[in-house]
Amino acid sequence: MAKSRTELGQIVTGVARDPLGLMGLIIVGTIVFCAIFAYWIVPFDPVGMNIKDRLQGPSWTHLLGTDQLGRDTFSRVIAGGQVALQVALPAVFGAMAIGLTLGMIAGYGPKWLDNLLMLFFDTIRSFPTVMFALAVVALVGPSLQTVVFVVMATSIPTYGRVARTQTLTLRNSEFILAERSMGASMTRILGVHMLPNIVGVLAVLAAMDIPTVIALEAGLSFLGLGVKPPTPSWGALLKDGYSLIRQTPWLVVGGGLPIILATLGFTFLGESLRDVVDPKLRKQR
Amino acid sequence: MTDTLLEIDRLSVDYETARGDLKALRDISFDVRKGEIVGIVGESGCGKSTLISSILRLTAPNTRFRQGEVRFKGQDLLQLPERQMRNLRGADISIVFQDPMQTHNPVLSIGQQMVDIQHRSKASKAEKRARAAKMLGAVGIPDPEARLAQFPHEFSGGMRQRIAIAMALMSEPDLLIADEPTTALDATLEVQIIERLQELQQEFNCAILFISHHLGVIAELCDRVVVMYAGAVVESGDVREIFHDPKHPYTRRLIDCDPGHIKERARVLPTIPGEVPDLANLPGGCIFRDRCDQAMPRCASHVPPLIQLKDGHHAACWLNHKEAAE
Repeated sequence: MAKSRTELGQIVTGVARDPLGLMGLIIVGTIVFCAIFAYWIVPFDPVGMNIKDRLQGPSWTHLLGTDQLGRDTFSRVIAGGQVALQVALPAVFGAMAIGLTLGMIAGYGPKWLDNLLMLFFDTIRSFPTVMFALAVVALVGPSLQTVVFVVMATSIPTYGRVARTQTLTLRNSEFILAERSMGASMTRILGVHMLPNIVGVLAVLAAMDIPTVIALEAGLSFLGLGVKPPTPSWGALLKDGYSLIRQTPWLVVGGGLPIILATLGFTFLGESLRDVVDPKLRKQR
Repeated sequence: MTDTLLEIDRLSVDYETARGDLKALRDISFDVRKGEIVGIVGESGCGKSTLISSILRLTAPNTRFRQGEVRFKGQDLLQLPERQMRNLRGADISIVFQDPMQTHNPVLSIGQQMVDIQHRSKASKAEKRARAAKMLGAVGIPDPEARLAQFPHEFSGGMRQRIAIAMALMSEPDLLIADEPTTALDATLEVQIIERLQELQQEFNCAILFISHHLGVIAELCDRVVVMYAGAVVESGDVREIFHDPKHPYTRRLIDCDPGHIKERARVLPTIPGEVPDLANLPGGCIFRDRCDQAMPRCASHVPPLIQLKDGHHAACWLNHKEAAE
């Protein structure tokens, strides 16, 4: 697969050439690096309490201070990044894979199946995410898996609808007719010819969706519906900081800043990726 | 008639619409022999595209085959199961489309696409690539090996059409359908494509069904020609004979309107007055009657049959009937 590696190389160089893309790449790279090597980076145990040093401001020992239980905020931010990605990546890729499959079936299959799937998408979309999350949490209890499931279920329609629209447009395009008249089967048309046309669009959508999902996880954790304490999460940090804002502002900074950075980073990366991946746009550069 | 490759026999095709059935093709009959180039000519909306999609059976969902057969090597394609039909497409019957800017997948390289259409072959990927490069060379793309890695947008229109021809000929089909392959190209490229098609036709010895509304191209390339008007065949026969001695007023007017035929400077190009009749609501009698300058009372009441005038020359006009003309 030497060929695809060079293609990936081309995409990375393309993104790095764009200043915003480079910034996105650096931010996302840092977040991913910190998440992977969190165990070695954190100066303190993110869940280790030390009541004596509670609610401290930034110092050389505690870069972002400590919370009401004396836990090191910097360590919790790093570990929170790990949790954020653990939710965002499986949720987004799961939703993308399911949405893509269902969307392509809806777009290419018979009309009744299309109607059925659209009804399914619309039903899911009609639920407010938080209400849906409340219901699921009430049923199975708060956990990382619950958050992943809720986020995945609620974003399937977004991917499904985009995949369906793309499939519908492509289905009537002349090159698909040309493929059919050259004897391509349905699976070949969908897998070989339509998929590469759709997946680029969805990948960009996914990159831009990751910050939404991170914010959603933070939001659910903020409401106490996300990960269970003492697991560190940016949303949980923000929640603690919110109630303790009169004692120390540093918890809000520690919870809020990474959310803002992650959102910006993934959005920059996503937009830059869109310009680089799309061969139709590539021509005009 | 063992050398007959494709036989269209009394084919009638309707489109079901809200306004009623659109009679897109009525009683079409003609045949294509092995290794022969047959041209189909007619103005827009005369049923050329319906005819092609009927042969390949890639018709719109509201299409209804009312009667007739499409026999390919003696087999009625309209009765064939979809799986067998799919095995014919791109193998025994290939097609080149009108607009080369639209017929290639924009996100796959030409090499990937040319390897993909050889999906029936058991050859290795390297062999398929080599074959793809050879075919690109055959249609006159310079440096074919390197060009395989390029994407469709990196080629010009003329090159893309030649690539489309290379792809269509890849499986060495017995029948190549060319659906106005030069209409979207400029005149110099048109000549190149036509010459290339002629050469390749000699090399691969495939029959070509060439659809065009450009009479000059038909005259240049084809052995025989079928003239269609409003979903019916009005005249068919040897190209030279039809061009020198048309037996149907529509064919005659069509030739008169061809800019290549106009010798003097004209301020206004000649046209055939009137419009094609409404296919959902066909008038009785001859379909060309309203636009014909030689219409007779009989034309209003009786549909002229397609009769053989000479060996292989058919026309559907009452003028060719002595008793009717009186």
